[in-house]
Amino acid sequence: MTSPAKPDALSRRRFLGGAAIAGAGLAGAGSARAEAGKPDPLITEVQDWSRYLGEGVDKRPYGTPSRFEKHVMRRDVSWLTASPESSVNFTPLHELDGIITPSGLCFERHHGGIADIEPASHRLMIHGLVDKPLVFTMEDLKRMPRQNRIYFLECAANSGMEWRGAQLNGCQFTHGMVHNVMYTGVPLKLLLAEAGVKTNAKWLLLEGADSSGMNRSLPLEKALDDVLIAFAMNGEALRPEQGYPLRAVIPGWEGNLWVKWLRRIEVGDQPWQAREETSKYTDLLADGRSRRFTFFMDAKSVVTNPSPQAPLKQKGRNVLSGLAWSGRGTIKRVDVTLDGGKNWQHARIDGPVLDKSLTRFYVDFDWTGQDLLIQSRAMDSTGYVQPTKDELRKVRGTNSIYHNNGIQTWHVKANGETENVEIG
Amino acid sequence: MSRSVNPILLAGLAAVAVLAAAPLIAQTKPAAKPAHPPAKIAPAAAPVAKLGLGREALPEEIKAWDIAVRPDGKGLPPGKGTVKQGDEIFQAQCASCHGEFGQGNNRWPVLAGGMGSLKSDRPEKTIGSFWPDLSTVFDYVRRAMPYGNAQSLSPDELYAVTAYLLYLNDIVKDEDFELSDKNFTSVKLPNAAAFYDDDRETTEKAFWGKEPCMTNCKPEVKITGRAVILDVTPDSKTAPKVD
Repeated sequence: MTSPAKPDALSRRRFLGGAAIAGAGLAGAGSARAEAGKPDPLITEVQDWSRYLGEGVDKRPYGTPSRFEKHVMRRDVSWLTASPESSVNFTPLHELDGIITPSGLCFERHHGGIADIEPASHRLMIHGLVDKPLVFTMEDLKRMPRQNRIYFLECAANSGMEWRGAQLNGCQFTHGMVHNVMYTGVPLKLLLAEAGVKTNAKWLLLEGADSSGMNRSLPLEKALDDVLIAFAMNGEALRPEQGYPLRAVIPGWEGNLWVKWLRRIEVGDQPWQAREETSKYTDLLADGRSRRFTFFMDAKSVVTNPSPQAPLKQKGRNVLSGLAWSGRGTIKRVDVTLDGGKNWQHARIDGPVLDKSLTRFYVDFDWTGQDLLIQSRAMDSTGYVQPTKDELRKVRGTNSIYHNNGIQTWHVKANGETENVEIG
Repeated sequence: MSRSVNPILLAGLAAVAVLAAAPLIAQTKPAAKPAHPPAKIAPAAAPVAKLGLGREALPEEIKAWDIAVRPDGKGLPPGKGTVKQGDEIFQAQCASCHGEFGQGNNRWPVLAGGMGSLKSDRPEKTIGSFWPDLSTVFDYVRRAMPYGNAQSLSPDELYAVTAYLLYLNDIVKDEDFELSDKNFTSVKLPNAAAFYDDDRETTEKAFWGKEPCMTNCKPEVKITGRAVILDVTPDSKTAPKVD
């Protein structure tokens, strides 16, 4: 782009180059492996990708990952739910690094399938205890002052299958109902100000336009604090499975509140006791009673590598990597143990440490081939220390389903195989 | 229009002032705290000026979308239906997933039974055993059921199906019982009193403020459970090779 092209000379050189490799034969075309002491043919021989032209600029008008990354995908656990339209799949945390989840890998949870909505046909209504009920189009919303914020979204049921003991082998399945993206949206308080909230208002009802009409009650106080009504994630329009064209962003609070395909906000003076805040997303305790409106996602962490789907492959130098987050603030510290909790060390946090965002940590270590029992323990800016699973069970029993933020243990065996275990 | 333009201009100017002020503060005193913290210039703290975007929602539009029903009966449409009528609707529209008696086919939700199971190892959370409010049944069925054909039942059908679900849970015993917007809020569900608001900050206070042990924290460690015993992980793989 910076220097003028010479189309004739360029194309002739490329043509000649191509002809030359065809004549040179196929020896060592990429398949040979380096052997000790012998030169690596991947270095000594010219590879196809170094000789032949690659695909041109318009081959992928919307880019997708390399064909060698096809294994990096969301996965579901088919026995969990009755139908794929009311189900969940999981983010492949063990394949990711940094703190931002690629949009196409953000776990999905739907209650009535993915609504297919043309933005021009979408409306957001605000009504109830307001001075003036309003209807907004997407165009209206995009004319309002907007903010960019990075937040994690964790399903309250993340790790919910592990209450009674180690069950699933893979952090994708034990911890993959979390993702972290940058949202662009309008602060809800601006929208509410447009309608004029009456003084007796205390709660909002958020409702989706999907075929489940997903509805949750939200305290007005939270709405006036940091809730966003978002139309973009990671710089582009929301993905359909993440609520295109409009979703609620409720920082630090359980994912079920983040209503997708958001069409209606009703202002009221009490909660609605919707199905998703009574029958579901309440925490049944050992005494048979249940907590409700358990909004905050407490501090939690998990080692993503090594983990059952990402075993150790090499002795010697290795990188242990993981994620920590808290719905109550920022991550202050992450400790890691390799011996099942006898001794701990501070993990190295790298990358941005943001409020209510995933935070990346590392331990660079040498592995001699001994068994490892790996755990991580997060501490947040409120002084909360991530509890063990047994500490949680002691105060909650094993019937809670939701809000399992207990410390995860991975057992790395001598062959590198890594397993989800519990220790005592 | 001119009255609504001025606040926007003012808000815009305030935002510019903040943008200009922030880097200045950061540059003059990068590390040390200023002796007098700069006054917060936060437009958000001031009353938010209206932008004049969006249009007024019409009563017909609000009525069409406002389908939520609250425990106090707010949102209930006029209508009525009996257990018997509900039985018919349920068998035709609901039983293929939820079973003839709400027992749940395959992994579809169980709607009835489970009384007294909440403290057991396998609690069965049904409308009768767990749900606190009848309005939730009406609200949920109205917006989300039948699965794949949502918002297709009439108010009378909704009352009838709700009445049948009460019957399946032995909360009403009479097949001729008629539920309506008049008597709806008089029906109470058995587990209503067993819910309370989040109290983690008091009951789980011990999780805050600890200084966790770092060295020689326990003499021995035993593996007490393994996921591999259950073998329910999708695409389980065999042991990898280690170089």
